[in-house]
Amino acid sequence: MTTLRKKIYMTAGHNTVSLGPGRKEFHPKKPRPGIEHYLKEAGEGTIKKLGGAEKIDESVVGNFMAPRYNKQGHLGAFAPMISPALQYKPGLSVEAACASGGMSLMTGIKSILAETADTVLSLGVEVQNSVKAVYGADILAGAGWFQERKDGHAHFFPGQFSDRAGAYFKKFGREKTRKAYARWYKNAIENARLCETAQEYHNTHTDPESLALNTEPNPRAFTDHLTVFDSSKVSDGASAIAIMSEEGLKKHNISLNQAVQIVGYGHAVEDLTQKPGELTKLNTMQNAVKKAMKMAGITKNDLGTVEIHDCFTSAAIIGIEAIGLAPHGKGTDFVLDGHTARDGKIPFNTTGGLIGWGHPTGATGVHMAVTIWEQLTGNAGDAQINIDPKRPYGMSVNMGGDDKTVMVIIYKNAAS
Amino acid sequence: MVNTKHKFMHYTEKLKNVSVLGAAGKMGSGILLLTAQELLHQKLQHENKNQQFVLNAIDVSHNALDGLLKYVRAQAQKFAEKKIVQIRKMYADQKQLHENADFIQKYVEDVVDIIKPTTRIEAAYDSNLILEAVSENPDLKNKIFRQISSNNNNNPWFFTNTSSIPIHEIDTNANLNGRLMGVHFYNPPAVQKLVELIKSEQTLPELAEFATQYVKNLKKIIVPSADVAGFIGNGHYMRDTINGIDLAIKLNLKIPLPQAIATVDTITRDYLVRPMGIFQLADYVGIDVVQYIMKVMHDRGIDDNLQSDLLDKLVESGIKGGQNSDGSQKDGFFRYEKGRPVAVINPETMQYANLNTLSSKVDTYLGEKPEGAVKWKSLLKATDKEDQLRNWFNTLKNDSSKGSELAMEYLQKSKNAALQLVKDGVAANEEDVNTVLMTGFFHAYGPANDFMN
Repeated sequence: MTTLRKKIYMTAGHNTVSLGPGRKEFHPKKPRPGIEHYLKEAGEGTIKKLGGAEKIDESVVGNFMAPRYNKQGHLGAFAPMISPALQYKPGLSVEAACASGGMSLMTGIKSILAETADTVLSLGVEVQNSVKAVYGADILAGAGWFQERKDGHAHFFPGQFSDRAGAYFKKFGREKTRKAYARWYKNAIENARLCETAQEYHNTHTDPESLALNTEPNPRAFTDHLTVFDSSKVSDGASAIAIMSEEGLKKHNISLNQAVQIVGYGHAVEDLTQKPGELTKLNTMQNAVKKAMKMAGITKNDLGTVEIHDCFTSAAIIGIEAIGLAPHGKGTDFVLDGHTARDGKIPFNTTGGLIGWGHPTGATGVHMAVTIWEQLTGNAGDAQINIDPKRPYGMSVNMGGDDKTVMVIIYKNAAS
Repeated sequence: MVNTKHKFMHYTEKLKNVSVLGAAGKMGSGILLLTAQELLHQKLQHENKNQQFVLNAIDVSHNALDGLLKYVRAQAQKFAEKKIVQIRKMYADQKQLHENADFIQKYVEDVVDIIKPTTRIEAAYDSNLILEAVSENPDLKNKIFRQISSNNNNNPWFFTNTSSIPIHEIDTNANLNGRLMGVHFYNPPAVQKLVELIKSEQTLPELAEFATQYVKNLKKIIVPSADVAGFIGNGHYMRDTINGIDLAIKLNLKIPLPQAIATVDTITRDYLVRPMGIFQLADYVGIDVVQYIMKVMHDRGIDDNLQSDLLDKLVESGIKGGQNSDGSQKDGFFRYEKGRPVAVINPETMQYANLNTLSSKVDTYLGEKPEGAVKWKSLLKATDKEDQLRNWFNTLKNDSSKGSELAMEYLQKSKNAALQLVKDGVAANEEDVNTVLMTGFFHAYGPANDFMN
């Protein structure tokens, strides 16, 4: 299918706080809310904006590893806890590593396309602070092939993306690349400071760019080429958004300008048992972006804002290249020239992204959709950017594992 | 090359059967943990595959040994979690280990596996190396060393963790003929970076070399001390304590003794930017231990001032500080709740006075504390530590309050004690004294400084 046979909308997004190191209220030794709390808070936020859950036809939860982080499976059946109106309606959970949130969105979109629902409550959740980071690394490594765990880095994914950074350094120069990473970090922190649910909302460092640049990687404690400032943190959080057909919008009395329309998507997977071909490229991402743009009938020049999966700075830079916004090896210049900043040509990750807002893995894809919805409908509060009417499209790029699953969605304001 | 290899093999050979005496104690348990890790790290070396390493954890009662392995397990786990990158490399060839959790569990099991807890000193008769961490009592140490030495056919080497007794004295009394080296850890050994190494005139050069290698492998900071009672650490600390007691007694001419003790503790902690006040530190170390070490030093003519009627009186009354077996602080100069001092002793009545009610009097007596006080904890991480300290002491110097004046006097006396150690040849230089205070006592700066200039 290259064109959508039905109009699809999203509205009423809601995020909980992304809780973890960096938030003032976070204390590793104090008790914290569990996964049900986050599901309930995010779900209730969206339901409140819809004026009730009665007209929600089904719900879907995106989650990566609750069975290990929280000893909890069967997340689909939590929906009626959010609202009794969801009792005995369909509810399911889906998993695609860190693209589980994107998978939750895709599942909702498909229900609308299949005409089995007019309104789907899409949720994403992850509660990761239940274990120390050293054990969390084991859990997250499940996004890779287990047969490679043995030879992998102690911090498995930081190791993978450090290898990618190392290859990029070698090919295109370490100094400039690290400068671009530091700039990416700065943008992430500054955007997060404008969003009160962001994990870095309380960050007060006066010069995050220099901090990141002057911190050298320490292979004995972390990775060869990346520092903690190149990496997203450990997060607890959830996001929710309603996916609707035209009928769904009407039933909920939602005006078009308060909704975004989905104009294209691309979903691609790559063989999990194969090592990445070219370390300085994200081929699956490139593939999924192409498909989504083709379906939407737009080019990169039509994009007004992008939410990209910056689990690591190194992923962000090559991601920019995978989207096609910069040639291979020039993603660094694109960032250093200011194009991704909130006042730049195409503001990226306007509420902080994974590094600034947080990365509750299974929630991230949904959080991206919420941010795009906020920006395109004027609901972003202090983090609001100007959307150039000539480039009205938003795009979310949600990645699972090391470029193994990628879910791309393209949005525009439904009234435009 | 041959020579180096020979030395290396020699090192490993010595570690194949080791005993820790007093293994359940505050110091012994830490030394046991570090040694078990070192034995394991040796065992994991390729050339030592399938070799057996034994570490006897010897203490007087099963009661005391209870909980020791629990401590070792918890500490080994913490270590492995922190050093996971290295731990994975150590076990790279073990195919069944995949996840970090697998590696950590394996490491912890292996550390614990090496340790053989026992109440029987006879276990040490088979050892090549004996690490002694029993109480600071020369007679006890002599007796144990003699007993082991005369029953052990391996001609074993001995480390003593004494913090005050000259090594040559123990060596001679126990008839060890140079097979003894002072290897003085600081409390708690798993955390404090410092180890003082003390070689007596008799100490065998190959033993000294071995001890240096062993401490280096534990990733500790080595400071050599001359074989003089008290060495560098207690050489400074005991004089510093006497300074605190003398000052409290002097202040007692104007204010009641409990208030004077609280005042001196406040000055030495807050004004001098130290982790604890001088009297709280005495409680932590144990007042009886402080009294005993002073006596060891005093009896050997180190310093005539190293004697205190106040300490004698407290110990006589059973007020000794130190820790309970669960690690909580016992009453001493202060009474503690949740590790914090809440009341201070009146040595005349042995009753405790509430610190809350006293603190306003202490503050009034000290006068207004100048602005810009630096905090010990924040200093440890600060990159401009030196500047911050210089500013602070400069402020104190130019301030006329009682607190500032007393603090600067104390700072000078602390410096004098450091210079005395260099002058007496106990420390090779001022830098060594500073290293001891900073890495063994957690001070943010060394006593040999020019902050008062």
